[in-house]
Amino acid sequence: MTVTIPRSLDAALEALASNPSATVLAGGTDAMVEVNYEHRRPTAVVSLRRVEELSQWSVADDVVRLGATVPYSRIVAELAGVAPALAQASRTVGSPQIRNTGTVGGNLATGSPAGDTIPVLAALDATVEVASARGRRELSVSDLIVGVKRTVLEPDELIVAVRFPVAAGPQEFLKIGPRNAMVISIATCAVVVDLGAHSIACALGSVAARPLRCTAAEQFAMAHTDWSHGVVMIDDPRTFETFGSLAASESSPITDHRSTEQYRRHGVAVMARRALMRIAA
Amino acid sequence: MTGSLESLTYQLRINGALHTVDGAWLGESLLYVLRERLGLPGAKNACEQGECGSCSVLIDNVLVCSCLELAAAAVDTDIVTVEGVAGLDAAFVDGDGLTDVQRAFITEGAVQCGFCTPGLIVAVHDLLAANPEPTASQTREALAGNLCRCTGYGRIEAAVEHVIEVRRG
Repeated sequence: MTVTIPRSLDAALEALASNPSATVLAGGTDAMVEVNYEHRRPTAVVSLRRVEELSQWSVADDVVRLGATVPYSRIVAELAGVAPALAQASRTVGSPQIRNTGTVGGNLATGSPAGDTIPVLAALDATVEVASARGRRELSVSDLIVGVKRTVLEPDELIVAVRFPVAAGPQEFLKIGPRNAMVISIATCAVVVDLGAHSIACALGSVAARPLRCTAAEQFAMAHTDWSHGVVMIDDPRTFETFGSLAASESSPITDHRSTEQYRRHGVAVMARRALMRIAA
Repeated sequence: MTGSLESLTYQLRINGALHTVDGAWLGESLLYVLRERLGLPGAKNACEQGECGSCSVLIDNVLVCSCLELAAAAVDTDIVTVEGVAGLDAAFVDGDGLTDVQRAFITEGAVQCGFCTPGLIVAVHDLLAANPEPTASQTREALAGNLCRCTGYGRIEAAVEHVIEVRRG
């Protein structure tokens, strides 16, 4: 039995290379639940607690590079300006205790459909940086997560960082759960606007096995937006309703212990409509 | 840390004192080690999944659920449990060794069954250290991770308000 607490990324990758079956601990908010409930019985652990280079973020050339282990509470406190929807989503995760430890890298590596930051990263067209002792590669969020809690990560690979553009327009994140605090989402919706590129991106969470972009709804909204004033101007109020309906029709929710297919689909229509109304001038 | 196929031995710094954990299983949570190995039962064990906050402790001054911390990965950190909150700031400790937060919970009747109380005490200390004068909604958001099934939270909010007023002087 070993617990390794490497001080550098290289040391962490070496530790995983020498023992790919080790459990990687970032915040531990998912992995420790599995251990506590005896769904996972680790024989070796690599803790990323002391890998400084994973817990930093930076901005260069209008691109945010967010280290995999920056906790949600720091995203809320530090990144609301450059990544407002990600900060909104982070604020809805769990409780203060969970936000103090949980990380975006962990959210991605767990790959739950209910991962709150995943739709935001999908809407941002984020790039996920993955590394192992064998080398590095980059993936989109939808290439990383290929099913319910299934990723293409190899056992010796770590998520190092995510990169996405600095906000270039309004962004919105909405979440439905049984109450405001400390809930696993029933459905989520992220809308990201790029005023320069005249683009509107919409992604959903908890209503599909994989990260889901609503391309029909996006195309419809962009076609009905007047971009000439440097804001999102939507003159026809029916646009919002149709946008919501399109997003709902693109979702593929299921009925489970948290909610029903019908309620989730209804929730998507309401959230998408509301998100577009909020980002419109 | 020393390890074998069977068990681990390591040290944790809790409330300023080093404790040796001997013969531990790799997957033990900090909560389990505190309660079952080190005789520190202040942090309570309820949900073991980060939902209830009754096991809240500070690690390097950050409020966390000790049930979600791997104990063996918490070496070289500073851990503060409810047993050690009096050590956070001597200015807030009275002659009975109670902090102003603990005293306020008593005087405001914020304790009924008491199971959530240790976690809440730690969480309120954490809240007021970062934000000495939180608004009511800030207090509610800060304590949203600590479930109480008895009080309805009104007395707990009153206790926080009481501490804010006392510290304001």
